[in-house]
Amino acid sequence: MRVLEPKGAAADLASISAIRSGDESAMAQLYDRYSSIVYSVALRVLGDTAAAEDILQEVFLHLWRNPNLFDSSRGNLAAWLAVISRNRSIDTLRKRKPETDAAEVLISVEPDLAGEAERARAMEKVRGVLSQMPPSQRASLEMAYFQGLTHTEIASRTGEPLGTVKTRIRTGLLALRKAFGT
Amino acid sequence: MSVHEQFGDDLALHALGTLPGEDRGALEKHLETCATCRRELEELRGDMALLALSTAGSKPPQRARERLLAAIADEPRAGNFPALTAGLEGVRRWVLLPWFAAAVLAVAAFFLWHQADRLSLQVADLQRKAVKQQGELERAREIVQTLTATDAMRVTLVAANTTPQPQGKAIYARDRGSLIFMASNLPAPPPQKAYELWLVPMNGAPIPAGMFRPDARGSVTLINPPLPAGLQAKAFAITVEPEAGSAAPTMPIIMTGAGE
Repeated sequence: MRVLEPKGAAADLASISAIRSGDESAMAQLYDRYSSIVYSVALRVLGDTAAAEDILQEVFLHLWRNPNLFDSSRGNLAAWLAVISRNRSIDTLRKRKPETDAAEVLISVEPDLAGEAERARAMEKVRGVLSQMPPSQRASLEMAYFQGLTHTEIASRTGEPLGTVKTRIRTGLLALRKAFGT
Repeated sequence: MSVHEQFGDDLALHALGTLPGEDRGALEKHLETCATCRRELEELRGDMALLALSTAGSKPPQRARERLLAAIADEPRAGNFPALTAGLEGVRRWVLLPWFAAAVLAVAAFFLWHQADRLSLQVADLQRKAVKQQGELERAREIVQTLTATDAMRVTLVAANTTPQPQGKAIYARDRGSLIFMASNLPAPPPQKAYELWLVPMNGAPIPAGMFRPDARGSVTLINPPLPAGLQAKAFAITVEPEAGSAAPTMPIIMTGAGE
């Protein structure tokens, strides 16, 4: 009889539970599942493979040390790791202390990003939304997201009003959400 | 239900971690009491996660995986949950401690009881043996006292109408080298002289078996004079010797007798 292993979010929770017990193999499974997301975000922000590897190490080591930081009430693990990686990368880029405690990061996201196929579909959809986005809005959103620039800094670079920049950033994020039906 | 519009754009900046200090303080104060805006903040973070997917595709080198696994293998766990578990185990230990102590005491009590019971049996056995030995000792002492008592009446029975003759009786146990000698009707030895008892072995010269002077009635009892064990005696003999004793018998032999 073939034993069915848990998939998706259930597999993540099982891995987290095993990590709480000190199961190193469970940590390796999570790494294999999500290292690409964590590393890709860090590499995009920092533009340096060695620095991105450091973020990768830091994020997973932090999870290993503090497996209780994540539970199902915080959303799905892939989204949580992606946001944590992005935030730590921005902190590194801007040479500042961590602005947000990982324990405070609660996430609500519609698509289930635990499965590889779901993530691939979501990635295509996000890239589609970004390609449809007005260049000025996409630029503001990406400067805020991948460079950690404040709306004041963005406005200074683009010459656009502060309020316009703030609104473009917000509506750009909402456009991503809308693409997934919420 | 919608977010408070005055905080709408700031929520997005706050999710991105780029909201300036003064605006951030005001928003965080509002979030403390506004569940709707907290919910919106969570969804904006979800939007950020989706945006992160646009970067997906890069794979870290294998060395990064090895580095992580080596790091976690070398690192003691310090998570909250293990700490909580350890705490609970600590509490359980404290709760279980009295039961554990009681169990240990019960085992110890049983062991001591068993020991005491065994020792009591040993003591009783030793007491029985001591009583028995005490009785045997008393009987032996009585025998010796009777044999050696100076006021004991010693009677040698001979055929009727005959004059009593000097007599000696030796009881010899070779294996133990134990000898009891009793004599009667012996005449007093000459001055500066004493009788000496000899053990005549099967081979070799006679061996001294004790000096003695009979009492006023001519009786004497020797018990266990110093003799080597294992000597087979062919006979016993008595001679008159200087009071200090002699290494070899001086003739003549006064009395002699072979084994019966």
